[in-house]
Amino acid sequence: MLLIDCPYCKEMRPEVEFSHAGEAHIDRPADPSSLSDEEWESFLFLRSNRAGICFERWYHIHGCGRYFNAVRNNVSEKFILTYPAGQKRPSDAQIKGALS
Amino acid sequence: MSEFRTAKGGRICRKTPLNFSFDGQSYAGLQGDSLASALLANGVHFVARSYKYHRPRGIMSAGTEEASALVGIDRGKGRFDTSTRATTQELFDGLKAQSQHCWPSLKFDVGALTALGSPVMSTGFYYKTFMWPKAFWEWVYEPILRNLAGLGRAPKEMDPDNYSSIHAHCDVLIIGAGPAGLAAALAASQSGSKVILVDENNEIGGDLLNCPIAQIDGTNSWDWLAETEKQLASLPNVTILTRTTAFGYYDQNFIGVVQKLSDHLGSLENKPDNKTLRERLWKVRAKRVVLATGSIERPLVFAGNDRPGIMLATAAKTFLNRYGVKVGNRPLVITNHDSAYESAFDLAEAGVEVAAIIDRRAKISSKLVEQAGKMGIEILLGHTIVQTSGKHRVCSVRAAPVGENASIRKIKCDAVLMCGGWTPSVHLFSQSRGTLTWRDDIGAYVPNNYTQDATSVGACNGDFLMSQSLNKGAVAGLEAAVSAGAKAPKSTSYKVVNEALTSDIPVEEIGIFSTIGEGKAFVDFQHDVTAKDIGQAVREGFHSIEHIKRFTTTGMATDQGKTSNLNGLAIASAALERPITEVGLTTFRPPYTPTSFGVLAGYSRGDLFDVTRKSPTEKWAEQNGAVFEPVGLWRRARYFPKTGENMHEAVARECKATRTSIGISDASTLGKIEVVGPDAAEFLNRIYTNPWSKLGVGRCRYGLMLGEDGYIFDDGVVGRLSEDRFHVTTTTSGAPRVFARMEDYRQTEWPELKVWLTSITEQWAVIALNGPNVRKLIEPFVEGIDFSKDTFPHMAIREGMIFGVPTRLFRVSFTGELGFEVNVPSAYGLGVWQRLMEAGKKFDIVPYGTESLHMLRAEKGYIIVGQETDGTQTPDDMGMNWAIGKKKQDFIGKRSLVRSDMLAPNRKQLVGLMTNDANIVLDEGAQIMGEKSNVIPAKMIGHITSSYWSETLQHSIALAIIDGGRARMGEEIYISMPGGFYPARIVDPVFYDPEGERLNV
Ligand SMILES: [Zn+2]
Repeated sequence: MLLIDCPYCKEMRPEVEFSHAGEAHIDRPADPSSLSDEEWESFLFLRSNRAGICFERWYHIHGCGRYFNAVRNNVSEKFILTYPAGQKRPSDAQIKGALS
Repeated sequence: MSEFRTAKGGRICRKTPLNFSFDGQSYAGLQGDSLASALLANGVHFVARSYKYHRPRGIMSAGTEEASALVGIDRGKGRFDTSTRATTQELFDGLKAQSQHCWPSLKFDVGALTALGSPVMSTGFYYKTFMWPKAFWEWVYEPILRNLAGLGRAPKEMDPDNYSSIHAHCDVLIIGAGPAGLAAALAASQSGSKVILVDENNEIGGDLLNCPIAQIDGTNSWDWLAETEKQLASLPNVTILTRTTAFGYYDQNFIGVVQKLSDHLGSLENKPDNKTLRERLWKVRAKRVVLATGSIERPLVFAGNDRPGIMLATAAKTFLNRYGVKVGNRPLVITNHDSAYESAFDLAEAGVEVAAIIDRRAKISSKLVEQAGKMGIEILLGHTIVQTSGKHRVCSVRAAPVGENASIRKIKCDAVLMCGGWTPSVHLFSQSRGTLTWRDDIGAYVPNNYTQDATSVGACNGDFLMSQSLNKGAVAGLEAAVSAGAKAPKSTSYKVVNEALTSDIPVEEIGIFSTIGEGKAFVDFQHDVTAKDIGQAVREGFHSIEHIKRFTTTGMATDQGKTSNLNGLAIASAALERPITEVGLTTFRPPYTPTSFGVLAGYSRGDLFDVTRKSPTEKWAEQNGAVFEPVGLWRRARYFPKTGENMHEAVARECKATRTSIGISDASTLGKIEVVGPDAAEFLNRIYTNPWSKLGVGRCRYGLMLGEDGYIFDDGVVGRLSEDRFHVTTTTSGAPRVFARMEDYRQTEWPELKVWLTSITEQWAVIALNGPNVRKLIEPFVEGIDFSKDTFPHMAIREGMIFGVPTRLFRVSFTGELGFEVNVPSAYGLGVWQRLMEAGKKFDIVPYGTESLHMLRAEKGYIIVGQETDGTQTPDDMGMNWAIGKKKQDFIGKRSLVRSDMLAPNRKQLVGLMTNDANIVLDEGAQIMGEKSNVIPAKMIGHITSSYWSETLQHSIALAIIDGGRARMGEEIYISMPGGFYPARIVDPVFYDPEGERLNV
């Protein structure tokens, strides 16, 4: 069972307190009605689904109730960084720094 | 005393005799015996039949790695354990054990005689033999196999034992309390850091228990052990757990550990308190893990290597030194490694005549030759065994020079002790996702790269000498102490004399096998896999080790190949003509040893299996004869039968009362969310399809919620309590996901909105009152609310008091009758309910459950999300375009509603169905066809979503979704059910009071 560092609680808590909430950094368009079918399809269905470093949303459902973002290696399963929702995607340098 | 029990020595208690039985025969053993040692002390070697060929099998080890001596242990009703290793079962007085895989008895077994013997049972036989004809599998093969095969029988009763679980956090978890683990514990504990030391045996010591002659720093090893145990036990920061197995190594040093607490105590059946625990699951999170898991001796693969009496060399030494049991009067040793000499010498020292040492190696150290000579033991160098004899126990072997089937010499013996080198136990390390590296000198894999904060010491790391274990263990413990903050830890070094022998293993001897001679040469003793089987698998085209493993099933038995994996790899490597390092490794998976379901379930059984949510009136319903059903986690009253009534009669009565006077129902399970803040209305505008800005204070509206994909997600009534406060209701089972969804958008998409959400499901009890007399019933008990028809219309909400309790009173209806939903604080729910029941007597008030609720709403064509919808229905499919705020720029799912397939003309639409025969109640889920046709494939045009007998209409009614259904009003369609095709007519889904007059009274 993984330990997850909630950026709001600022504590390592066991995985069972959290639920996964999909890929991070996909902003809901400001005016969906102005989008073409293709643009809407891309927002609605298309995800990067990469093996390795990925950006995910997590929900501290049995804790503070906050949604936050995480950088995780989905091959080793390890969490590399967690940060509040709305914060910019960490740079490669930041991820490298967190890994070392 | 039996002839096989030594006069002195061992760690058994000679003053405490124990009685036990095996296959009904009584025997005597001693306190401290394992079942295996007690059987051997009685001269019993033949204890099992093998899994596939039903060959006689004996005891092949003295520990966890046992693959042959698997027995059933009967600890009383419901306490029968199958495939228990006789070597790890501690003896207790009255123990009852029985053999497996044999019928009618161990000595006379039908399975061994039938054609299911050798030729048809070649490797892969499961995949090949029983393929044809198909019906034979069900009627012939399977029943025969089920009788003959299997791993013993499982108990049919419920497990009556108690299990518990505990979370533990520590600085250092040390797995294995042999010399390496003990030295690590001594060093690590000096800092005051929290240490947990676990060992699967009944006492700590590991290999020290087999080596009484060794001396550590001048102290006899057993005295050193006693001293160490005393010292560790005196430290408050050290927890020692024996009979405790670390079975799984998970992420971030999370280790699953099972502590066996009472399997050694005998039957718990007559324990009066019934509180004795059988096992405890420790969920350990350790900052650092020291793996001191030891190593396992490898069998040698030669013809006839599986007869009772043939065992690992170290097992004989353990039985002798630890249990005071001689495994035979004339044992013979076959080896390619020095360590087996230790067993021969110890036995000779104890007065046992060693028949010979057959060493496959042409050259050995002169010290061994010298010592054997002194003891009068003959050594045959460069020899191996080509045949063994003895029906139920080995009685002789035929030895020949390696690689030849000539110059054969017969040697009489009553036991054969084999050693093919040692394999470090890297199971847990591998589970931790560490990677291994091959070592030619020991012919085995050892830990290489760590992915978790752990270290391996001693034999599991390829360091087989006791001195290495102690010294490297001490270093590992010291490192752990330092990382846990020890200031000035003391380093220790140990000096050992008379330690057990070890040696390298010649490269050509690694996993060596010989199929020369007569008889099968076994690799996997538990699954009956031979060296030839592996060769055959390779010849049949299986080249990946994972495929070879699955095809032959080698290493796939409950012992997970502890003794067979490396030999299997080496044999595959030879057959594939590829170096062993290129053959790869199979995956190590938890659990390390078989683990009971009971301990994994722990407390989560019976009432504690899952949460049961109960509404405030649940007890009342129980007392008033309600029949319950689970709805999500909730326990809801389904109907309230009177004496003699069946469900149909009860529902008919409940519905009639509701339509003619008053029905009362507990709707507390509805999800409830309070949405508060200056932007509350705007927030709801975006969440729901409906518009909210103009909803007046004190009014309610039915709200429909979609996913971004445009499909119906949830629904419920929302009431506006003030400009900035809404009381939102959701479906019972949808409440958590609706709340999570609202929070998600609030926090991450629209953080600029000033709005706050609070789940209030548990805070408010909801009593739904429906029927023409409801107003008359409640009006006298309500304060502060004007009940006149015009000031408190349908779809309105008022705050006031009822029976002196604060209430949020909704005028809403899910039945089509005049309806009120009385929300009161949960603690008052039962009290208000009881007062309403009392006051309602004069109106013949009737409680109803979910069944009538569904019935009453279906008559009105009200959908239930999840019943009429399945996650692929749009508002238009449900005929609910009226719920969409057309002027809104956006809401969740709006954009998807104009995708081309969402606008397709022939989508499935909600309709009502009236059967031609009023009495036929259609099956929910039944498929609908446009024509009465048996042509395959039939064209389905939709299916039934809800179906009931309507007491009100005296006619069966159904809701359905049908292709382009709204344009087909009046058409006859056919429903396919087990009895045939049933005709029905498509009608409007509102069956009762289509004008809604009854709501507005
Ligand atoms: Zn949190």
